[in-house]
Amino acid sequence: MKKAKNGKWNKYLTAGVIMTGLALFLGVLGFFWTPYSTTAMSAAEKFAPPSLRHPFGTDNFGRDIFSRVMQGMGTSILISTLVVFFSGAAGILLGALTGYFGGLVDEVVMRITDALNGFPSILLTLVIISLLGTGMQNVIISLGLVFVPSFVRIVRSEFIRLRDADYIRRARMMGVGNFRILFIHILPNIFSVFWVSVMIGFNNAILAESGMSYLGIGVQPPDASLGKMLSDAQGYLQTAPWYALAPGLTIVWVVLGFSLFSEGIRRR
Amino acid sequence: MKYVGKKIGTLIMTLFLVSAAAFLAFEIIPGDVVASILGTEATPEREEQLREELGFNDPPLVRYGKWVAGVFQGDFGVSYRYSKNMNEMMPVAELIGDKLPVTLWLAAISLVLIVVVSIPLGVLWAKSGNHLLDAALGVITQASMAVPSFFLGILVTWLFGILFRFFRPGGYVSYQENFPGFLGYLIFPAISIALPKVAMTARFLRNSMLTELGSDYVRTAYSKGCTKERVMYGHVLRNAMMPVVTFLGMIVAEIVAGSIVIEQVFSLPGIGRLLISSISTRDFPVVEILILYITFVVIFVYFLVDILYKVIDPRIS
Repeated sequence: MKKAKNGKWNKYLTAGVIMTGLALFLGVLGFFWTPYSTTAMSAAEKFAPPSLRHPFGTDNFGRDIFSRVMQGMGTSILISTLVVFFSGAAGILLGALTGYFGGLVDEVVMRITDALNGFPSILLTLVIISLLGTGMQNVIISLGLVFVPSFVRIVRSEFIRLRDADYIRRARMMGVGNFRILFIHILPNIFSVFWVSVMIGFNNAILAESGMSYLGIGVQPPDASLGKMLSDAQGYLQTAPWYALAPGLTIVWVVLGFSLFSEGIRRR
Repeated sequence: MKYVGKKIGTLIMTLFLVSAAAFLAFEIIPGDVVASILGTEATPEREEQLREELGFNDPPLVRYGKWVAGVFQGDFGVSYRYSKNMNEMMPVAELIGDKLPVTLWLAAISLVLIVVVSIPLGVLWAKSGNHLLDAALGVITQASMAVPSFFLGILVTWLFGILFRFFRPGGYVSYQENFPGFLGYLIFPAISIALPKVAMTARFLRNSMLTELGSDYVRTAYSKGCTKERVMYGHVLRNAMMPVVTFLGMIVAEIVAGSIVIEQVFSLPGIGRLLISSISTRDFPVVEILILYITFVVIFVYFLVDILYKVIDPRIS
């Protein structure tokens, strides 16, 4: 498989690629096709344990858990991707402007991000959700807002590091415009650092989304979500432990796979 | 002294900003609260009367002033959803009063567990060059970061509650009835909160100690004839604890946040559970006060850490 620069086999990257690849494949597939209908109930097959017919068993309504997990995983991945996309874009914009120009705006933005960074992010998320209400769209908005400060921080510190680099001074001397310096000259050089925070952000978004859905303030039915499945399954822990284990272990799988993937890229 | 004064100034400033932000946020909420409280019984006169009663007719600045003054006197306003009798509105203070001890005890037990387990573990980890221990603890730390807290809670319930039968899931007893039983029931929720933090803290302490072990004063201590134990506990641990104190301050904030989720998993009637149900029913006075309360606790813990830091290391200014 993948080889590192020093010729050694990069087992982090391999494991990460396999785990993330499988999760992505099944999650995306879940939007279009699932082995069974995710809503069809069957009284005869209530609480069927995992078998060849139903790899993860069936739930209290006789629905196929594997199909529902596929769909929930897809939702989680979609939400987290959008969250990271929006907050990352906002982070680049704010971080670039404040880091490069400094001044009063920088002071104000940094004070705010400092204050926000110190707090448990769940509190801010809860405030925003209680203002906006629940649902998929509001989960994306609230998490997107909450994740902005961490991106701003990283992008800003990179722009500060590079704004007085020789090649940037040279470019300025040659009369290159600010916009071009910011996004053509500096931005490509911060991507290696930025990627790491994107990956961490993605994992945090998966965990936060499933946590919110578990608490009943995130994705609402009929939209499938792993967190909601877990909270439904909790009452049947005694009779059907697989009902809770399937969505729970799926979350662990996605997050672990992605952290191995990013660790693998870092070590390459 | 100047340091403490400066920190107290920052503390008061932050508290003011947070309370103003919380008030402002919940002020601009869309939707007519009065109509939703009265429901089908709404008539224009009754709506107007209730609006006057809740103080909605005052200008925002006056309302903020009244609200802050009320908070200082222990008057947290009234809940929109819970009622005391048929027509008296439930004061938020009463609603929170008997739930607060549950959350505080849960947080306290979790913190004790974290400190008591992680510090010896971190020292042991730093001392032993044992690769097996390194690998095992490394894997646990990695794994604990990928397991969300609510799933960990469910796993703990399943493993200890259903398979081993150490406790009865959902068998909560109130602290007013049976205090030892109450603490006993809190142990497993506390373990669920503490487990990932133990791994993180132990790793943090280990790294901190390994850095300190390379410094000059360690070599000097050895050359003066100190035993390995003396160097470890007398010199290295003390210096290595410095960053760990800051880290533990952050952990306390996370415990408070984590208990919101864990209370839900173990159906503990604490303020976290009240917060979530109040968000679902859009009971804003309750949400407002609880968010404010939790934020204050977090800010206050950070303040204490700053002060403690100065006590441990007088060089800091």
